[in-house]
Amino acid sequence: MAVNVLKRVGIGTAVLVGLCAFYVGYRQLYLATGWTRPFVVDAYSMPPLQSIVSRLWQPAATEQPVLVQVLLEKAAFTAKEAAAGFAIGAVFGIAIGVVFHFSNVLRRGFLPYAVGSQTVPILAIAPMVVIWLGGRGLPVWIPVAVISAFLTFFPVAINTLRGLDSADPRKLELMRSYAASEFGTLWRVKFPCALPYLFSAFKVAATASVVGAIIGELPSSIQDGIGGAILNFAQYYSLDPSALWATNIVAATLGILFYCIVAIVERLVVHRAPENVA
Amino acid sequence: MTHLRRLLAEWAPALAILVVGLVGWEIAVNVLGIQKFLLPKPSEIVSAFWDERSVLWPAGWYTFTEAFWGFVVGASLGIAAALVLARFRPLGSALMPYFIAASAIPIIAFAPIANAWFGIEKNSKIFIAALLCFFPVLVNTLRGLTSVKPQQVELMRSYAAGNPAVFRRVRIPTSLPYLFTSLKVASVLAMIGAIVGEYFGGSQEQLGIQIKNSAALFQFETAWAAILVACILGIGFYIVVSLAEVVTMRRYPSAGRSRR
Amino acid sequence: MTGAAAVSIRNVSKTFGKGGTKALQNIELDFQPGEFVSLIGPSGCGKSTLLRVIGDLIDPSEGEAIIGGKTAHQARLDRDYGMVFQEATLMDWRTVERNVSLPLEMMGWDRSTRRERVRELLELVELTGFEDHHPWQLSGGMQQRVAIARALTFNPSLILMDEPFGALDEMTRDRLNLELLRIWEATGATVVFVTHSIAEAVFLSSRVVVMSARPGRVQKLVEVDLAYPRTNDTREEARFFELATEVRELLRESHDAREEA
Repeated sequence: MAVNVLKRVGIGTAVLVGLCAFYVGYRQLYLATGWTRPFVVDAYSMPPLQSIVSRLWQPAATEQPVLVQVLLEKAAFTAKEAAAGFAIGAVFGIAIGVVFHFSNVLRRGFLPYAVGSQTVPILAIAPMVVIWLGGRGLPVWIPVAVISAFLTFFPVAINTLRGLDSADPRKLELMRSYAASEFGTLWRVKFPCALPYLFSAFKVAATASVVGAIIGELPSSIQDGIGGAILNFAQYYSLDPSALWATNIVAATLGILFYCIVAIVERLVVHRAPENVA
Repeated sequence: MTHLRRLLAEWAPALAILVVGLVGWEIAVNVLGIQKFLLPKPSEIVSAFWDERSVLWPAGWYTFTEAFWGFVVGASLGIAAALVLARFRPLGSALMPYFIAASAIPIIAFAPIANAWFGIEKNSKIFIAALLCFFPVLVNTLRGLTSVKPQQVELMRSYAAGNPAVFRRVRIPTSLPYLFTSLKVASVLAMIGAIVGEYFGGSQEQLGIQIKNSAALFQFETAWAAILVACILGIGFYIVVSLAEVVTMRRYPSAGRSRR
Repeated sequence: MTGAAAVSIRNVSKTFGKGGTKALQNIELDFQPGEFVSLIGPSGCGKSTLLRVIGDLIDPSEGEAIIGGKTAHQARLDRDYGMVFQEATLMDWRTVERNVSLPLEMMGWDRSTRRERVRELLELVELTGFEDHHPWQLSGGMQQRVAIARALTFNPSLILMDEPFGALDEMTRDRLNLELLRIWEATGATVVFVTHSIAEAVFLSSRVVVMSARPGRVQKLVEVDLAYPRTNDTREEARFFELATEVRELLRESHDAREEA
């Protein structure tokens, strides 16, 4: 068990080191040979690794705390939106999945629109949602949470439906032999059968909720979150490229953190036979 | 004739919802007095769509080509990487968790840097779309290639089949459902990536910029018409991938069973 | 202990789908309370279907099954019978204890009473100590014993078993046959047992119903006059061999008849 953990940490470190080496190596390749495919490498497009790291400990802007602190605060803000969006999307998605499972007519009627809804560019819809909900005196992170929920409900709904449909017919027969109610069968058999599928979707939804939160912040120029930081540093990229890179690293960490939390919960909740794969 | 009848019966509820939805929307905007920039009437959106079609449709198509090429590049690289990692199993299983984690990174945050690298023309958007497509396709295809029942591999070995044969006859057919699921997801992601990429910097010929500009000029019917174009193209792309799935799966009917 | 139920099958026929396969034709059978009856026949003869008609899991196209004086439907609602399938159909996400207590949970029994009953049953099937295991940690034979314990939770007057030992190896099967007989004697319920194995049918039952090929009819009832309690030695008696041969020849007849048709 401990060996496993050590192995994991070891490989993880190797991957991280490998990425850094790749980055530095690529820069070196340019500096040494002037090789410019597929794009020009310079201090502006690929700042040196040390300057990205050191930038974190410089003030974010004049008379502001250090960048790393500012970024972490913004990350926390975005995390709040994403978590709320995840929760709303998950509840909504599960509800839709259950409804579609029980009603074939509603499934046939609404599923195409659920699928189609994901092609609506939420970037374009975001400002409208912000203004509509923000105008009602709600704090600004709520509309962003709604936008985030928009990206999370769909994978959850689809997988809830798949999971509920996947229940072994023999088990359903067993429940009939107990004269079980429809709800009893749902709760004791179908839902536990759906749990692995549900967690698959939750892992996708974890990422989607962070992406949705960031996208939601962009057009409304909400300064308090990571999206705002990205917009801000993108504007000043030519002057201060390291700041944007640093922001990206923080955003990446946020996404991975959300994913890991879901993965850990899955480990705790889902007890299944180990998969038999070759 | 019954085939057509069955098809109609299958789609009837959805069509009914469409009609009810559009009519309800039209009436609701009038009755509730919803402001134009929140939600114009469907009739206004359609007329704006028609009026501006010479601008919107080419812009949409331009953005679609960005998404499409990003999809092609990202998915091909994803499939290639999956094949390599399935061949060298220890490497694959060691790296799998990290690819999964990588697909958890909000790649769109990288869009401004992509613009800095490739300029605001097509290439930066293709890059972002490709990056978005790469990881889901890689992770799912790899999972499919390795979700083979041990008995099937044993059977092939008993025929003295080498690795290439095992790949061709067992792993690849098994991976197809997983592959197509990820391709459908990727098709939607590619469009999102292209439009978000444009948001950070693009030219007039791109749909994302059209949306941004019309909204800024308070021409909301046009903005919504542009959104409509994005939806149509996105759905069209998804349908094309779904059809490709149907056609391919016809050759491997049994591969469609048992998957998560 | 509730009394064992008599089972009457009155003129049951079953056709699947409009003008589809006719699985059963005019089945008339009477089982005495406390009997152990096996249903055996070629593949597709409808024995599993008949079992499910008794259990009210399939509606007959004609006729009905009466269990202990009630309709099959009422018997199911009153939870008068327990069922065991070929795949143990255990819930992977529950421990052995929670698997066996599933029916009791649904009946709203409180936790301590449930635990008491489960303990009793696991003792009966000789699986004490495995309460906290998960199904995948048990062998096939042990999983089936859990399924049997689960089927006995309500002290049913009737037990329906659909090839429960079909997926197990011969030695385990023989051992479980003995255990099943012991459990049957302890509970006194009527057992209807579907099987493919001639030896198993003769060893376990007081009567063997030999069914013909599709559409399934009752070809013959074979009385098994071997003494209870039966042991491994029973398998080596001459009378056992005679009865098994009789059943085998009946099956061969119906098999050959089907081949010619």
